[in-house]
Amino acid sequence: MALLEIKDLQTQFFTSAGTVKAVDGVSYTVEEGETVAVVGESGSGKSVTAMSIMRLIPWPPGKIVGGSIMFDGQDLLSLSEDEMRSIRGRDIGMIFQEPMTSLNPVLTIGLQLTEPMISHLNLSEEEANQKAIKLLGMVGISEPERRLSQYPHHLSGGMRQRVVIAMALACDPKLIIADEPTTALDVTIQAQILELMKNLTRDLGVAMIIITHNLGVVARYADRVNVMYAGRIIESGLASDIYHRPRHPYTLALLKSVPRMDRQRTDKLDPVDGQPPDLTKLDDGCSFRPRCRFAQDHCAKSFPVLEEIENGHTSACFEKENLAKEVKEVVG
Amino acid sequence: MSDVVSSKREARTGSSKGFEEVLVDVKNLKMYFPITEGVFVPKVVAQVKAVNDVSFQIFKGETLGIVGESGCGKTTTGRCILQLEQPTAGEIIYRGQDITKFSSKELIEVRKKIQVIFQDPYSSLNPRMKVGDIIAEPMHVHKIITDPVERRKRVLYLLNVCGLASAFADRYPHEMSGGQRQRVGIARALAMNPEFIICDEAVSALDVSIQAQVINLLEDLRDEFDLTYMFISHDLSVVRHICHRVAVMYLGNLVELADGDELFENPLHPYTNLLLNAVPIPDPDVEKHRAHEIIQGEIPSPINPPSGCVFHPRCPKAVDGCTKNIPQLREIKPGHWVACSEV
Repeated sequence: MALLEIKDLQTQFFTSAGTVKAVDGVSYTVEEGETVAVVGESGSGKSVTAMSIMRLIPWPPGKIVGGSIMFDGQDLLSLSEDEMRSIRGRDIGMIFQEPMTSLNPVLTIGLQLTEPMISHLNLSEEEANQKAIKLLGMVGISEPERRLSQYPHHLSGGMRQRVVIAMALACDPKLIIADEPTTALDVTIQAQILELMKNLTRDLGVAMIIITHNLGVVARYADRVNVMYAGRIIESGLASDIYHRPRHPYTLALLKSVPRMDRQRTDKLDPVDGQPPDLTKLDDGCSFRPRCRFAQDHCAKSFPVLEEIENGHTSACFEKENLAKEVKEVVG
Repeated sequence: MSDVVSSKREARTGSSKGFEEVLVDVKNLKMYFPITEGVFVPKVVAQVKAVNDVSFQIFKGETLGIVGESGCGKTTTGRCILQLEQPTAGEIIYRGQDITKFSSKELIEVRKKIQVIFQDPYSSLNPRMKVGDIIAEPMHVHKIITDPVERRKRVLYLLNVCGLASAFADRYPHEMSGGQRQRVGIARALAMNPEFIICDEAVSALDVSIQAQVINLLEDLRDEFDLTYMFISHDLSVVRHICHRVAVMYLGNLVELADGDELFENPLHPYTNLLLNAVPIPDPDVEKHRAHEIIQGEIPSPINPPSGCVFHPRCPKAVDGCTKNIPQLREIKPGHWVACSEV
């Protein structure tokens, strides 16, 4: 049984401008110990999916209106707030984008790091301190004893993100959700942090959902990839399938629009024309249709469902055979 | 893409050959920011050495990339060229004249020719002005076009050149997406018919599919209007795509300068090498076979930079001499400059 199984999740925001279907029927699974990436652009619903798993969607205006999230044998959506609180931060850890805002500026590192261990694991203050020192050492922070009494502003951005990772690992979670964990960091620090996360999750056997817009980060670190567009997963599969045999026009367009550092200057990038759709004005058809060069009349009638092509590689596109004919292989 | 920008693109050459006329010559540029203590009689207690003795040239028609991490001085260098900062020392020679010595009156003429595109399309446009007025403002201020009807015509033309419909002229920035706003920022920069544009992280805030649209627009405009760009960015993939030559900065110093393809395929400075190594490539097969050599430690403080070569505390190739001797930029191969004693 998968560690996490999301089925037909629907999260909506009820705003004065209309109902925003931020997540519209998303399903995916995460097996124990694996790293799954969720890729997409702003507004594709990747973060809202993560917040839904944590049950952190603010009401009003947001609400999970349908679906189920099975985690370790129980449906997170049917739990009471108290029961959910005992899972959040304990069985599921979370790493946010901004290390500046996800730490409390007026509490010491030590207090923030030991608090979840004292409340979730019933450790004494002394035991929690010992464990905190061990954790800080593990995430590569020098002089961990001294750091316990320091405040977040004493640390650099990269160091703060290391503290956030230590916090996420504090209660020996089964799953870590990392939402754009390195977007705010410089590229050399990003490499340090991602390498650290990869080693720790592998050594400790923790599963990870990594949410990012950076296709390079996904290629380097993820086992499986879910590509999201306008609140839905439109393609899913092994990283090598997604990158070399994309079977959805959006994935293909996305891959063609990123410049690559290992290639000589080519004549021009091949961007996706147009803008992402307004999520309050989606119709019954495929939401990528207006920007899609494979679009046909029947694409307007109904939304294509995710269908398996081969070994777990799925695509939600009526024209995927046509696309496959035209695009044999994206040359690596 | 608009029709106005014709397909005037020429095949790009792989090197900067063909660019001969020096447009901007930066000589020994230093920019120190003082740190003061005391309220009534402020006393300078330390200095942030944001840019420390940097020299390079920008040729007419080329795109020079400046890359580096936060705090390396790339933005400050750009601001000095724009004369938004008065440099502590050094010369910025634009078309033969040192503009650091210009009076504010003399600078007005220069400012028509040098424009800037900022990173954040949300904070660089006045939210209370209509898009058309934002683009018309520089022409009004510099009295380029005094007739309002003519000005309006040019605004619509510029919008069109930048791929926006004329209707956008009467909208406010908040009605537009990030990519559209960035196009407005570009249209505003073009309003003065500049010859040199500093793009400071101009595409960094945009989503990938929109980023590609704006990169293509910048390239089309470069060819259409014979523009010279200084392209400041931390995104090495974008820099590789758009720049003819690339300069790498670290802690206020220029450590390597070479033709784009040469720099990316044959990096000589240990920092450049590690920096390129840190950038993930969007291809799982390539990633599997790459050595992931991680740069250790963090960037030291520019208030008290390390002695000798500023990179020596993190450098895998450092030897004893690196702690004492400041390496000078040397031309190792034609056009490939490196500041490292061990190369």
